[in-house]
Amino acid sequence: MEQIIDKYRGDSTAMIAILHDLNAAFRYLPREALEIVSDRLSVPLSYLYSAATFYRSFDLEPCGEHEIQVCLGTACHVRGSERILDALSRRLGIKPGETTADGKFTLKRVNCLGACALGPLVSIDQKHHGHLTIHQAERLLEAYKDEHD
Amino acid sequence: MNTIKSPEELEAKREEIIAARQRDGAAVAVCCGTGCSASGAGSVVAALQEYLARWKLEVPVKTRITGCHGFCEQGPLVVVEPGNILYCRVKPEDVPEIVDTTLVGQEVVERLLYIDPVSGKPVPTEAEVPFYRGQRRLTMGWNGRINPDRIEDYLAVGGYRALAKALSEMSPEEVIDNIRESGLRGRGGGGFPTGRKWKLCRQATGEPKYLICNADEGDPGCFQDRSLLEGNPHLVLEGMSIAAYAIGAAQGYIYVRNEYPLAVKHAGMALEQARAWGLLGENILGSSFSFDIRLTRGGGAFVCGEETALISSIEGLSGEPNPRPRPPYPVDKGLWGKPTLINNVKTLAAVPMITERGGDWYQQIGTATSKGTMIFSLTGKVNNTGLVEVPMGMTLRQVIYEIGGGIPGGKEFKAVQTGGPAGGCLPASKLDLPLDYEKLTEAGSIMGSGGMIVMDNTTCMVDVARYFLSFTVDESCGKCTLCREGGRQMMAYLMEITAGRGKLEYLERLRELAAAMQAGSLCALGRLAPNPVLTTLRYFKDEYLAHIEERRCPAGVCRDLITYSIDTEACTACGRCIRNCPTGAISGPDKEVPLLDQELCIRCGACLDLCRFDAIVVQ
Repeated sequence: MEQIIDKYRGDSTAMIAILHDLNAAFRYLPREALEIVSDRLSVPLSYLYSAATFYRSFDLEPCGEHEIQVCLGTACHVRGSERILDALSRRLGIKPGETTADGKFTLKRVNCLGACALGPLVSIDQKHHGHLTIHQAERLLEAYKDEHD
Repeated sequence: MNTIKSPEELEAKREEIIAARQRDGAAVAVCCGTGCSASGAGSVVAALQEYLARWKLEVPVKTRITGCHGFCEQGPLVVVEPGNILYCRVKPEDVPEIVDTTLVGQEVVERLLYIDPVSGKPVPTEAEVPFYRGQRRLTMGWNGRINPDRIEDYLAVGGYRALAKALSEMSPEEVIDNIRESGLRGRGGGGFPTGRKWKLCRQATGEPKYLICNADEGDPGCFQDRSLLEGNPHLVLEGMSIAAYAIGAAQGYIYVRNEYPLAVKHAGMALEQARAWGLLGENILGSSFSFDIRLTRGGGAFVCGEETALISSIEGLSGEPNPRPRPPYPVDKGLWGKPTLINNVKTLAAVPMITERGGDWYQQIGTATSKGTMIFSLTGKVNNTGLVEVPMGMTLRQVIYEIGGGIPGGKEFKAVQTGGPAGGCLPASKLDLPLDYEKLTEAGSIMGSGGMIVMDNTTCMVDVARYFLSFTVDESCGKCTLCREGGRQMMAYLMEITAGRGKLEYLERLRELAAAMQAGSLCALGRLAPNPVLTTLRYFKDEYLAHIEERRCPAGVCRDLITYSIDTEACTACGRCIRNCPTGAISGPDKEVPLLDQELCIRCGACLDLCRFDAIVVQ
């Protein structure tokens, strides 16, 4: 925590960068952490929350151990990514944006992962899996569950 | 490493690097761009390095890890030099054969070559593949030849020569005049003449001046900025340094999406190398010009691609981005109220070649008002997806059919969407439209950042309009009432239409709301957001009418308006759909055509995806 803030010492533009690093370290932005940042940077807490809620990259709830991102960029959309999101949502029993009760998986919809030629695309823990069918996406999830059990 | 202190030292260093390269034997370039990496390029590299280390060849072979080659559809891509032999969809187990046959035996591995879908014949070299043949890869071409981690690779292909030329032979005004002569226009969306923007910023009063490279590529469906920054970061840095020299800036920023970790990493490494070699910092190449660049990560907000929003996001402490009325423009009052030049990655990447080869050379490429080449992300329902760089003025048909190889699965072309969420959808009657800023705008779309998404007859245009609008509504920062509320209201109408509850008068209301949004929004996001709705209404009104009057989705997409059924003739009773139906809607005894219960069917598409006999019918 201190290390992250110190890394950007004296940089008035570093607020977003600090939030990125904190989000990566805690897998969300705990209120206590934001309070410390507010104190150290002399930035009102409301500013931090304003940024944390505006930008898509930040989470205000703890995320699961594994993050599943379903790309809903245009190229993926026209190749049926919404059906893949629905299938994973059904399999996991959670809605997009939620985390499974056991804290293992968080399902997220993202606007574009920038690997548009491979759509439809799902990224699990930053690893991209392209050209998926519904069936393959479900099997991928099952394989992932087995591997990490 | 000693820093390079003059243009002469730079040339001497370059010759030294090239001479050392000539002693090397063959090189195997493996594309490790985001696309090929997702397809398994990493394990191909590992297999190659392991195999080469185990079998020490007489001629040394270099493994070169490169950035994106553009032909992502066929990845992982491997190119063997000399010979320019292109291997597609390479797996780790193919590596021994490539080494033994091609590197040792000097013959090609035919089964790994690209097969021309028209002639059915294998194509041995990269240059002859139709996807590449029709392109003019002035900016992207280097990607396949250099390792983005190594500044030496960039120098070996002539890197930083343009910067040396600008600093030692040209005044800042001459650099600007050259860019003006080239006719280069902003490649990020607006299409503003780059030279004029530079001149305005140079003339603006106020010190210091800032330069920002906009790499916040938020358009879903676009990945060319990413590929440039990942695959050839020094090209962007060189373009930035030349721009900074021209306008008189000492500090630059690269604003890059946090969703692009590899671009962040490669740009960061390139910055360190450039500093170590004296190509960034104080008195660059012995001149009086000093310049440095900082990397700023975005937070995943589409509106931050907009200039004034981007500036407030870099300023940081104000929290949310804040589009504001213009003038004043950023060239007069930008970052911290100082004159600021903001250019897109692709614009800056074109600067070194224009500086080196001359504006008169560049302006010969393209059309009367659109000069040079443009990089498009060709995606969607097209055979050869990937990044294509073509001269302006090429027609949509040439890009989609000659380079893109047409529509897969024997389906019919329906529309092409250009310009991202702020662009428009163009129908088959516009296929012969040349790619040109003005021509695209006349047709109701925009050049934008170079997104090109192809749609076939299984894409519903009302759903596409709803999709784009839901994106912009979601990304609206909420400051302007007409963007915030108008967008939501338009969404509500589109949702009603796709749910089969549409009324004819909604179409008129959509047009009215669109006009209000265009008139009442401060930034381009709100002004352009209605474009996808307006162009689909203009070119695909029939589809709206089918949804409203017949309660039917002709493309079979809108779930409330379609039913699934089983074609008893085509069905082979294999039972796959029964086993995989998530709701148990498909059932029946073994070896008989199953029954589909409409009450239970949620139209999820699982059976449609799985059926190998096209026996699932969507109506």
